[in-house]
Amino acid sequence: MENAFKWLDERLGLNEIYAEVLDRQVPKVNWWFTLGSASLFLAIMQGVTGIFLTIYYVPSPDHAYDSINYIMNGVQFGWLIRGIHHWGASLLVVTVFIHLLRVFFYGAYKYPREFTWVTGVVLFLLTLGMGFTGYLLPWNQRSFWATMVGTEIAGTAPGVGGFILRVLRGGTDLSAVTLARFFSMHIWILPAVAMLTVGTHLYLVIRLGISHIPGEDE
Amino acid sequence: MSKKTSATHIDRRGFVKIVITFLGTIMGVVIGLPGISYFISPALKAEKKDDWIPAGELESYPLGTPTLFNFTQTKMNGWERSSQSYGVYVLREDEKKITAFSNVCTHLSCRVSWKEDEKAYLCPCHDAAFDIQGEVIHGPPPHPLDEYQTKIEDGTLYIHLQEG
Ligand code: HEM
Ligand code: FES
Repeated sequence: MENAFKWLDERLGLNEIYAEVLDRQVPKVNWWFTLGSASLFLAIMQGVTGIFLTIYYVPSPDHAYDSINYIMNGVQFGWLIRGIHHWGASLLVVTVFIHLLRVFFYGAYKYPREFTWVTGVVLFLLTLGMGFTGYLLPWNQRSFWATMVGTEIAGTAPGVGGFILRVLRGGTDLSAVTLARFFSMHIWILPAVAMLTVGTHLYLVIRLGISHIPGEDE
Repeated sequence: MSKKTSATHIDRRGFVKIVITFLGTIMGVVIGLPGISYFISPALKAEKKDDWIPAGELESYPLGTPTLFNFTQTKMNGWERSSQSYGVYVLREDEKKITAFSNVCTHLSCRVSWKEDEKAYLCPCHDAAFDIQGEVIHGPPPHPLDEYQTKIEDGTLYIHLQEG
């Protein structure tokens, strides 16, 4: 066991990775600094429970609602998996946003961490995008009309509004095409972009180290 | 950092590692076990069927010739209602003796059909043949055709559908 680990470590540098990622030097900080890790944890939970949901969920108008009903009533612990995904989504938005506020109020976005901030803003927008696309998937009255309103709002943008609305909906109507593309955005496109962005974000956090809490004279 | 005071002293890092391992294990179990059960639960539902299916007037079945009776049953598979069709060959040998064979081949579940000129049930899939009593004449099926229980009430034939 010990030898196997040594063998692997010599080739993969596991101890070095561990030291770089988890044994970093950090200034004396407070609980607000845990929100990035909390966001990461919640995002992973969303990923895990989301993958579980796709076992039964069907993104088509004639089956979406019934398949969710089946998850809630026909499958063991379906309520738990869906419940975590449902409440976790809101909690993630809140957590990411408070993380953003912490970075803002501590001035942690300043040199040399401007790009970390930019990737963070992208992550915040992606989180909102995940919420928006996920909300339609149950295909109930609430999700249908919420998406109707949301896409109409996008449609009010001057000039390009009509075009954006049609791109979001995949046509002029909110239809089966909309459901399918929201599903694709929700489970493939946005998560893929988010994973790349989280990777960059964390790379920068590790590379640049954490900023200290600003003193009174700063 | 204070000096080690005893052998049981754990430092901050050690403590954090223990707490994380502990909480991580609990969370893994709390999500993992329900997750497994969530995944396999459709397989655990033993679907039971126990129905007497009316198969029409007994008199409408000719003597000595296996005659096909088809019926369908609807059932819910998850969120989808689907209908399943069944075929039963009713053989009326005399007023007393009635046999009802399932038309599902006992090899790999293709459907057999009665060929009057060959006096056999033929299966198109792997060239099997069963005689009028359902016994295998030749081919790969491991045992005779399955039989359904039957009963007659007020001149109507009923077939006992039992599954699961
Ligand atoms: C899914 C979303 C996000 C994840 C998983 C995440 C993760 C993290 C983690 C683990 C840290 C380490 C320090 C800490 O936790 O406070 C961090 C730092 C940082 N994050 Fe995020 N973050 C996310 C979103 C954001 C957003 C929305 C912003 C701002 C627009 C942002 C800006 C920053 C900055 C500038 C730092 C460096 C802070 C410092 O050096 O003090 N992040 N992030
Ligand atoms: S299924 Fe009938 S012979 Fe193979």
